[in-house]
Amino acid sequence: MNPALAATRAGLSLGWIEFRQSLTTPGDLSAFVFTTGGFLAAMIWTRHTLLPGTHFSLGTTILASVLGLNVGMYGILRMGDLIVIEREDGTLLRAKATPNGMLGYLIGKVVNISGQIVFAVAITLLAGAFLFTGLAVGSPGSWLTLAWVLGLGATLPLGAMLGSLFTSTRSAGGPMILLLAGLAAISGIFYPITHLPVVLQWLGQVFPLYWLGLGMRSALLPHTLAAVEIGHSWRHLATFAVLAAWAVAGLVLAPVVLRRMARRESGSSVAARREKVMHGA
Amino acid sequence: MRYGKTDVLNGVNFSARRGEVVALLGPNGAGKTTTIEILEGFRMRSAGAVSVLGTDPAHGGEAWRARTGIVLQSWRDHAKWQVRELLIHLGRYYAPYSTASVTRPWDTDELLETVGLTAHARKRVRQLSGGQRRRLDVAIGIVGRPELLFLDEPTAGFDPEARRDFHDVVHRLTDTEQTTVLLTTHDLDEAERLADRILILTSGTVIADGSADELARTMSGQSEVRWSRDGQRFVHAADDATAFVRELFRQYGDSIEDLEVRRATLEDTYMALVRQAEHAAPPRLTVVAA
Repeated sequence: MNPALAATRAGLSLGWIEFRQSLTTPGDLSAFVFTTGGFLAAMIWTRHTLLPGTHFSLGTTILASVLGLNVGMYGILRMGDLIVIEREDGTLLRAKATPNGMLGYLIGKVVNISGQIVFAVAITLLAGAFLFTGLAVGSPGSWLTLAWVLGLGATLPLGAMLGSLFTSTRSAGGPMILLLAGLAAISGIFYPITHLPVVLQWLGQVFPLYWLGLGMRSALLPHTLAAVEIGHSWRHLATFAVLAAWAVAGLVLAPVVLRRMARRESGSSVAARREKVMHGA
Repeated sequence: MRYGKTDVLNGVNFSARRGEVVALLGPNGAGKTTTIEILEGFRMRSAGAVSVLGTDPAHGGEAWRARTGIVLQSWRDHAKWQVRELLIHLGRYYAPYSTASVTRPWDTDELLETVGLTAHARKRVRQLSGGQRRRLDVAIGIVGRPELLFLDEPTAGFDPEARRDFHDVVHRLTDTEQTTVLLTTHDLDEAERLADRILILTSGTVIADGSADELARTMSGQSEVRWSRDGQRFVHAADDATAFVRELFRQYGDSIEDLEVRRATLEDTYMALVRQAEHAAPPRLTVVAA
């Protein structure tokens, strides 16, 4: 068998095994329950609040937006986290010491994170179908597919690059969560972006998170709700263009950044980080 | 090899034959880790020629990588994985590199047996004790049946029993697999037990190269002779212990009791060599963080 093909297959099974582990490890599972539960609570809380200027439930729009947030959260935060953690514990060095191990490693991460996104989206949608009315779950198929490819492309490389900027789990956790929370705040996830100052609206539109949310809303909400969006439109073309731009930029830059980071990995760098963790330096 | 303006390795010349176990000894900061990381292909050198399995490790491709194995002491990866599952997974990367003479990867059950983890095959990695964890690291290091295995301080933090088990595994490996092993350690006893050849590194330079026996002999073989005569105890350091003892008996004959001749241990030799080297060379900074 071709070595690259063998590594690709190993990567696919790596991703599947680690996805399964994320569903059976108490720590991962409680983090999932906490975040997904938190989002659902926010939706239920705002169920009877009306989206400004409409007679539509704010909670239902949040549900759609949160699906976009899920893609961003797992693609950026979880991916970045994994890179930081696995660099610290030596997983990355292990991959480097294995023939074609880095290829398998990256494929494994993509499969694992994709699985976690599908799971989170499915659970959220399922809960939403019972709790809310007004969702147009008629034909969201095409957008979900697109969100899948574009969303992963726009977020995973970004997460991987962010992760490689931090050298320890201790320094990474806070800043990365703050970054994502800040992004969510200016991306119109929990409240229409049109109610923010114009500067923040522009800033929000730079990042993929806003567009992921917009795309999900366009797929799941009634057509008339486009009226509360910027330009009174779902802006499908712009959504596609911005996400594609992020994906292309990420796919070009991430290999360079990751290769630079991986080149510096050696036994002594892993040992030094372990010392730091153990002695609390 | 240098960082900034300071050479950290300088005159490190050695080669290893197939199936040989070479131990790299030396005080902290002597350049052991730097040397082994250059050979592993994880660190670039500034000058000099290095050939590992016929290839410069700085340009070793994946096929070269498949012929090497690495065991470090600081790995804590794959904690959620089952032992057996992890070995099967990592073995898959080596399958395309099988040759007519070497079947890669190692059969998982055989490998578990070899490192003594059969009883723990279904355990999660994080549930293993320190010694078991290290044996797993060795299993992962050899899952691709490497021709060359790097062991970086493999038994640091082991209890005596775990250490003995580990030594057995290495012996089995070199006997049956003809694996070449390069080992760094602080444990002189371990080096003496495992290594066919010992290299002593101080301040980035190899100051001694030979078997434990040869090293002891180069240090002029000063032996310690102890005896008692008329209830009184004596100790003497002799260059030629045999001649000294012969002379002792010639002079005092039957009144010599409790005779004991102790050859210099590897530890004595090591201490003497390192001290000698430190006095010969002006002290200098050996490691500057990159």
